[in-house]
Amino acid sequence: MVEIHNVAFGYEAARPVLRDVSLEIPRGSVVGIMGQSGCGKTTLLRIIAAQFMPTHGGARVLGELTSELDREGLYRMRRRMGMLFQFGALFTDMSVYENVAFPLREHTALAEDLIHDLVMLKLQAVGLRGAAQLMPAELSGGMARRVALARCIALDPQLILYDEPFTGLDPISFGVIVRLIRELNDSLGATSIIVTHDVQEALGVVDYVYFMADGRVIAQGTPAEIRGSTEPFVRQFVNGELEGPVPFHYPAPDYPAELELTGN
Amino acid sequence: MSIAQLREHARGRLERLGNAVTSYVWRLGFASRFLFYMVVHSGTALRRFRLTVAEIYFAGVLSLIIILVSGLFVGMVLALQGYDTLQRFGASESLGVLVALSLVRELGPVVAGLLFASRAGSAITAEIGLMKATEQISAMEMMAVDPIARVVAPRFWGGVISMPMLAALFSALGIFGGYLVGVQLIGVDAGAFWSQMQAAVDLRNDILNGVIKSVVFGVAVTWIAVFEGYDAIPTAEGVSRATTRTVVTSSLAILALDFVLTALMFTGGKSA
Repeated sequence: MVEIHNVAFGYEAARPVLRDVSLEIPRGSVVGIMGQSGCGKTTLLRIIAAQFMPTHGGARVLGELTSELDREGLYRMRRRMGMLFQFGALFTDMSVYENVAFPLREHTALAEDLIHDLVMLKLQAVGLRGAAQLMPAELSGGMARRVALARCIALDPQLILYDEPFTGLDPISFGVIVRLIRELNDSLGATSIIVTHDVQEALGVVDYVYFMADGRVIAQGTPAEIRGSTEPFVRQFVNGELEGPVPFHYPAPDYPAELELTGN
Repeated sequence: MSIAQLREHARGRLERLGNAVTSYVWRLGFASRFLFYMVVHSGTALRRFRLTVAEIYFAGVLSLIIILVSGLFVGMVLALQGYDTLQRFGASESLGVLVALSLVRELGPVVAGLLFASRAGSAITAEIGLMKATEQISAMEMMAVDPIARVVAPRFWGGVISMPMLAALFSALGIFGGYLVGVQLIGVDAGAFWSQMQAAVDLRNDILNGVIKSVVFGVAVTWIAVFEGYDAIPTAEGVSRATTRTVVTSSLAILALDFVLTALMFTGGKSA
């Protein structure tokens, strides 16, 4: 479904964000990409979504090499994928109903009553049929995320990308989103990629995990393998330990020197 | 300071100046390509005209109050000031001409343009900038919908269509304000007020030129507004800066364009 081969990328030539990433995501699976903030995982998601082209290597998504697509081809490919943004990215000037109807109106010529039925179907799937007439500003964070999810599956995508779907949710909304990701993936027969740093929670929903650090994949495996991993970074990350390969301190000059305790 | 240091200092200044000029020219080119792309991809905005009508409502109808009230007061003040000068020369019957020409040729398009830039232009920039900051623009791209065609172009055409109508309404209300003060309050003869105005205001030289000005200002303001919004740095600070830039840049653009257009239209007697 998604094959990434030796991809390198940097927003500026001097500072590569991805150094050499290769991974393969089979059809029907839910795959997590995890790592610290700033490790390049969101950038990798944007490479898969073809918002950026790799400076080196290639990304084959839904059978197409992203760097070879023109604008038309790109948009054709994106119609087969859905992306859930970190805070939902709902259109604030439209109601919940219109938000979910948006992709249908833009890409199909369906009659209004058919659009109505489809929107209700998608909203029912995320449990928010009753909220159809609300505006995004009236929704809680968790509800907004669910509406965005309904919008993202409106055209029954084959590939669903989640960019930090759990950020800022209360435990109940959290559980709802985790369950929805799994259920929607299996009922749509889709493939899902979740970028997150909420390790413990995400390990409960994914089939396979890639761990990233410093622009590279440093570990991978099933959730059970990751939990039992002896790799020091993975252990530190999964257990949230203070001590480990990732230092607590941002690189700084020597502390006594900064306080001018040394010298004469 | 040694010669070498002076030279270094001067070179630093020159480099900064050069950088500023280069980035300004680069931005201008980028804005021009943006305008071209937007016009080419205006199919959606014109085919699904309801999208544009909604923007005419936001940019035009919601600006009506400030435009109408300002027009009325500008006309009333013009009549007060004009009468004071005209009556010294015994020409107070020409008050209608003075009010109408000032408004139709200059004040209508220019003041309505300035108000439009601060009322509607800033709103357009802030809206597009915030859509970008909250990833609504990215979300649209991910849904394979071109945000320039779907979001930007309708706002552009909405503004371009609204602006001449607002300028016309501004002038009309201004003339009415002039009538209220000149005829009703001061007591200038109503017949002279209207008939002299009718005789002196030319459809082509005055009204058409005024309309051309308002169209040009409409394009300039809305272009600057949508570009600044789309180009804004997607943070709270970036959007606030972009909004400020919209108002400042489009106000200056209106004044500069007005001078150029006036020089082209109203010099050399009646040849326009």
